[in-house]
Amino acid sequence: MPVPLRRLLAAAAILATAAAGGPALAANLKIIAPASPGGGWDQTARSMQQAMQSEKIAGSVQVENVPGAGGTIGLAQFANRAKGDPHQLIVGGYVMVGAIIMNDAPVTLDAVTPLARLTGEYEAIVVATDSPIKTIGEVIDKLKANPGSVSWGGGSAGGTDHIAAGLIAKAVGVDPTKVNYIPFSGGGESLAAVLGGQTTVGVSSYGEFDAQVKSGKLRVLAITAPERVPGIDAPTMKESGVDVEVQNWRMVAGPPGLTPEGKAEILKTIDDMAKTKTWRDTLKTKGWTDTYLAGDAFTAQLKEDIAKAHTILRDIGLAE
Amino acid sequence: MDAFVSLAGGLAVALQPTNLLFCLIGVTLGTAVGVLPGIGPALTVALLLPVTFKLDPAGSLIMFAGIYYGGMYGGSTSSILLNTPGESSSIVTALEGNLMARAGRGGPALATAAIGSFVAGAIATLGLALLAPYVVSVALAFWPADYFSLMILAFATVSAAFGDSALRGLTSLFLGLALGLVGIDLMSGQARLDFGVPDLLDGVEVTTAAVALFAIGETLFVVSRKGAADETIEPIKGSLWMTREDWKRSWKPWLRGTAFGFPIGAMPAGGAEIPTFLSYATERRLTKHPEEFGKGAIEGVAGPEAANNASAAGTLVPLLTLGLPTSATAAIMLAGFQQYGLNPGPLLFAAKPNLVWGLIASLFVANALLLILNLPLIGLWVRLLSIPRPWLYGGILVFATLGTLGANPSLFELGSLLALGLLGFGLRVFGYPIAPVVIGLILGPMAEVQLRRALAISQNDWTVLITSPISAVLLTIAALAVILPIVLKTREKGIVFGEDD
Repeated sequence: MPVPLRRLLAAAAILATAAAGGPALAANLKIIAPASPGGGWDQTARSMQQAMQSEKIAGSVQVENVPGAGGTIGLAQFANRAKGDPHQLIVGGYVMVGAIIMNDAPVTLDAVTPLARLTGEYEAIVVATDSPIKTIGEVIDKLKANPGSVSWGGGSAGGTDHIAAGLIAKAVGVDPTKVNYIPFSGGGESLAAVLGGQTTVGVSSYGEFDAQVKSGKLRVLAITAPERVPGIDAPTMKESGVDVEVQNWRMVAGPPGLTPEGKAEILKTIDDMAKTKTWRDTLKTKGWTDTYLAGDAFTAQLKEDIAKAHTILRDIGLAE
Repeated sequence: MDAFVSLAGGLAVALQPTNLLFCLIGVTLGTAVGVLPGIGPALTVALLLPVTFKLDPAGSLIMFAGIYYGGMYGGSTSSILLNTPGESSSIVTALEGNLMARAGRGGPALATAAIGSFVAGAIATLGLALLAPYVVSVALAFWPADYFSLMILAFATVSAAFGDSALRGLTSLFLGLALGLVGIDLMSGQARLDFGVPDLLDGVEVTTAAVALFAIGETLFVVSRKGAADETIEPIKGSLWMTREDWKRSWKPWLRGTAFGFPIGAMPAGGAEIPTFLSYATERRLTKHPEEFGKGAIEGVAGPEAANNASAAGTLVPLLTLGLPTSATAAIMLAGFQQYGLNPGPLLFAAKPNLVWGLIASLFVANALLLILNLPLIGLWVRLLSIPRPWLYGGILVFATLGTLGANPSLFELGSLLALGLLGFGLRVFGYPIAPVVIGLILGPMAEVQLRRALAISQNDWTVLITSPISAVLLTIAALAVILPIVLKTREKGIVFGEDD
């Protein structure tokens, strides 16, 4: 098989040179994106890579995709292989918290060292522009009258979108297990369902809808932010009398068994990265809210978020 | 004819030397990663994204599109020659294509795949340029109930690929359906048949299964027979190039494949696999040489190869008109657009006409480049088959393993490759067809999810399957596809129905 093997090596060489970047001055890092290329975690990891490399915070930064089971496959592999190495990172977030609880994953976030929360995206509840529904109040009334008659199209079961739908139902006194949530596998598919009026409403991170909202194809009924977000012409859930606040946050963690020096070093690297212009520009172009929170403050917040997620997943009937 | 003027303007952008170079790099890389099982166009674009950040947006998007088209293209080469489908959309190509290659007709098989891809790509790109807004509104009219019926149609028609015995075919199909149940249930988020193994939560990887069942199972089977090592396969018998007869038998399948691939590719949940199944089944029904199916019929390569390339162009319809990414590669291309602060959708056509039309025009250029790049290589590729048997089979095993590990470097993936390879070997030994297993594995989970979605939306009202006009029509065709051949067979053998050419 000389020909394909040569092609394989050639392709690998091209890709390797393409990915490696310039000569290493600072430390070389490896970031695990525990998902396939293209999703939020992958984009987060690659944006970090770009900011660190172009602003010379790290030498070469390598991103590795380890997809599977809401990030828990990548998490288990990382906890196992990277032990004590301050030059390896893993990206994760709220969806990973949900997946760990639902799958009763053997390796949890206790097995890694949470370092910092980087970004957040609020959830938006939208309808197609030609939908008869004009306000979130109408959705709530419909939901109270017959929970099954409101179908919610969003991402995978037990993810942030599902949790948001469950929390809204709970907040208005509707049994969360009765929520007619319809999961779609990819952003494109659920967006198509909402645009085509197949589901009553769509619920996802606002960024997934942004382009369609701007081109006038979708109407935002409400967002799950604590206060109005500049650039989004919609009330918060709280304004509409529903006490719900949800944010799909993304974070970065280090391996278990870091020395205090090792942890301080990598925290500084992340801190430097979060301050760079490249990173700030990325946040803007991707529409990610800056929710930077590092070190012990984040560890405490994470513990609280995990407990909350557990409660709501139990309420929806997805966890025990 | 505004579109033609814009397209001409786009062509001027695409033919700029730097853009031409980007396009060439794209199709070359795309072909290379398409040939390798495992490493797909999505990962390649993701790896290149940070590198292209400082480049001109038009140039890098043109390169990404070239990778996408090249990937669809390259998958056929390894399918035909080595029975190792590089992408799930070229699984069907392996069925007849590899048989052709073994019969010394690898040259014509690769040629019909290459030219068919070119024809389909060119027509579908024209469709993208002229019809995108209409196609997308049709695509959005497909509800879950309609998708479910489309999949039932695919199931009903591909039963033709089940071999001679319906019982054996169905046994294989149900094996595939069972494999498809493994993993997290998308609707409820609960794990099924995972046996406590976290690696199984995402189910059985389709490309791993296809490579294992086709390539590894087949290889083990061949070498397990006595005297296999001495047997030589003629790499070239007859013409290396397509004969007059080959052309005659290929052009209609190319067009029909395009007609399946483009609209279904444009559907948000359509994908590239279903059109290849439908195309294969159609060609098998319509062929004037039914005796050649199962022994290497050129129609069975021409149609599906056209279908998968046309579906790649179809995927760009919702991406460019609505900003809807419907495949992994499209999702990364969307990230690429956003990297430059561009949001695909109707506004993009107005705001950046040069970029959009340059991109569309470059797809024509990519197609032409692919043809120029690949046709001369055919002579080289078929030489692969003249490698001594033991080396060739050893090489296939190494190649299949490397590709799988390249896509997902895990011990578990390697283990499942071997286990499924042994399963494929067992199926071959006992005479069960392989294709239905893979078809069940691909279509089963899709059909299940769409049906349950349809029922959730209708609040458990089953009549939604007949009250939706699209669904009703598709189910009727599916019923006819099953009943008609039986009726015809009892009346008179050999009647070809439904052929309107």
